[in-house]
Amino acid sequence: MVQEKLNLILLTGRTIEQGVGKESGKGTQEYFQSTTMVYMDETDMNKLELRNNDHVLLSTEEGSVVLRAVRHPRGAMPGLVYIPYGPWANAICSTKTTSIGMPSFKGTPVEVQPALNQPILTLKELLRKEFGR
Amino acid sequence: MSIVKSVTCPVCGCLCDDIELTIADGAVVQVKNGCAMCEAKFFSHNNEHRSTTPLMRKDGELVPVSYDEAIQKSAEILANATYPILYGWSSTDCEAQRIGVALAEEVGGVLDNTAVVCHGPSILGVQDVGIPTCTLGQVRHRADLIIYWGCDPWSAHPRHLERYTSFTDGRFEGSEWKSYINKVKAAAGKKKLRSLERKGILKERHPRVAPSVHDNKPPEILNKKGRKLIVVDVRKSMTAEIADYFLQVEYGKDYELIQTVRALVKDQELDVEKVAGVPVEYIQQLVDSMTSCEFGVIFFGMGLTQSAGKFRNIDVAISLVRDLNMRTKFAILPMRGHFNVTGANTVFTWQSGYPYGIDFSMGYPRYNPGETTVVDILMREESDAGLVIASDPVSNFPRRAAEHLVKNPLIVIDPHMNATSLVGDIVFPVSIVGIEKAGTAYRMDHVPLPLKKVVDPPKGLLSDEEILNRILNEVRKIKLKNLEVA
Ligand code: SF4
Repeated sequence: MVQEKLNLILLTGRTIEQGVGKESGKGTQEYFQSTTMVYMDETDMNKLELRNNDHVLLSTEEGSVVLRAVRHPRGAMPGLVYIPYGPWANAICSTKTTSIGMPSFKGTPVEVQPALNQPILTLKELLRKEFGR
Repeated sequence: MSIVKSVTCPVCGCLCDDIELTIADGAVVQVKNGCAMCEAKFFSHNNEHRSTTPLMRKDGELVPVSYDEAIQKSAEILANATYPILYGWSSTDCEAQRIGVALAEEVGGVLDNTAVVCHGPSILGVQDVGIPTCTLGQVRHRADLIIYWGCDPWSAHPRHLERYTSFTDGRFEGSEWKSYINKVKAAAGKKKLRSLERKGILKERHPRVAPSVHDNKPPEILNKKGRKLIVVDVRKSMTAEIADYFLQVEYGKDYELIQTVRALVKDQELDVEKVAGVPVEYIQQLVDSMTSCEFGVIFFGMGLTQSAGKFRNIDVAISLVRDLNMRTKFAILPMRGHFNVTGANTVFTWQSGYPYGIDFSMGYPRYNPGETTVVDILMREESDAGLVIASDPVSNFPRRAAEHLVKNPLIVIDPHMNATSLVGDIVFPVSIVGIEKAGTAYRMDHVPLPLKKVVDPPKGLLSDEEILNRILNEVRKIKLKNLEVA
């Protein structure tokens, strides 16, 4: 059944592409490409009628961000979305440290909906939007 | 053209020290033995994203200034702040970290390193229950069961498998590389068939269906001889794909699963059929592999420390290893991320008594994670200045925490432009530790290794150590002057 939006769980983490991007320099195209995407489960994507590389809007209590949806290439992970570490992931990550200093980088509830015509902000645009610099 | 051998790679906690570099015209032109991240880093020393002049924000724009001016201004900011944050430290050498401790003490600030957002919970777990551990050499030569729990070395520590675990030829245990190659070949064959089917060249036997969390039955292979590789994770990572067995745990239920494993290790009976989405009989097979091995090792990562439970997950994982040592030999190691985050914890501990989140505002070191840790301080909006070195919190902290950091005067020391330097107030370019400056770093298993200098830094660039030293001297002068005036 086609749905307008889904409530999922956000995980953030490492991918090898993000690792190479960050070592090459955070201004590089590699870094941008590897951190402005979100891995989604195939069945979840079908529910939203998303195709690979369609843009999606992800919203949490902390804010929202537009990213490129990519089908998770190995196995299933229903109910989860996975964004590589970076400023885009952290625009929506939970700040709750549960009193031990560690924010909840894995496990923020997130609402996902298609946003086919919305652009992905560049690093500079994102920083301007968030910090006014 | 010259060749430098046995270079230590300054990227991840594996700290591979077998890298071979070819240098021509003062630049690295070829990297041998390293992984993709290693290559990217060694080549990055002369790419266009390098910063080469100190910058200072004037009228909202970053403009070039001299080192002297930038150092003087930074010292003033830090000396006059009441509660500055000094954060980062994991991608620089122990020599710079040591001066960082002195500077934090001098300005009465908070000293924290990136462990707080990666393996901080692991340290808390270790402080609770201790840790039965070993060096990676032991693993390489003796381990016949390797378990990666909540980590994906194939992506984050690309050579971990090849140098220390499954794919290395140790003295007593061989490499599993061949069986992996066979598996890849088989998978490639299947892929080819599927692509032919898609193109209509072969008749489709099975229509494509979306993958599901299948029941994940442990394969026969768990009874095989030789090293076994098991991965426990919430999604099928790259490492999970090559493992002998991948156990898919439901998100946030690692704690339950580990406690179940502990119960089974102690031969207790369970009256449920599934735990954390895994049938108990499969967990039993995992337990059988654990208790029947000669020397097993659990490596764990962010999957445990950043998910629900956080340091409690580590508590029980370590306790599991302690239990297993009643039946066989077992060890556990955290997969430390940045190449010298272990060094940061070590240096901070030997200088102040605490590994991270150290508050010097009372004049003596105080440590209370959740209170004196940087994200909490930023969320409470208590700090009034920041120094960030060798790290990028504006990228890596949740946005609201980064906001307060940016609101106050922010000093950034980093060889490359990144999100933090783009929004900083004073930006120092520096030589790259491990490429343009020699130093010391600690591998993830606490083995210290030397970092080499292989090329010269761009003309006039100072090192982290020199900049910190000069800031510290200036701070001392300002404090002395203030004292005289008073
Ligand atoms: S595994 Fe880590 S230390 Fe080894 S070469 Fe790759 S990035 Fe460098």
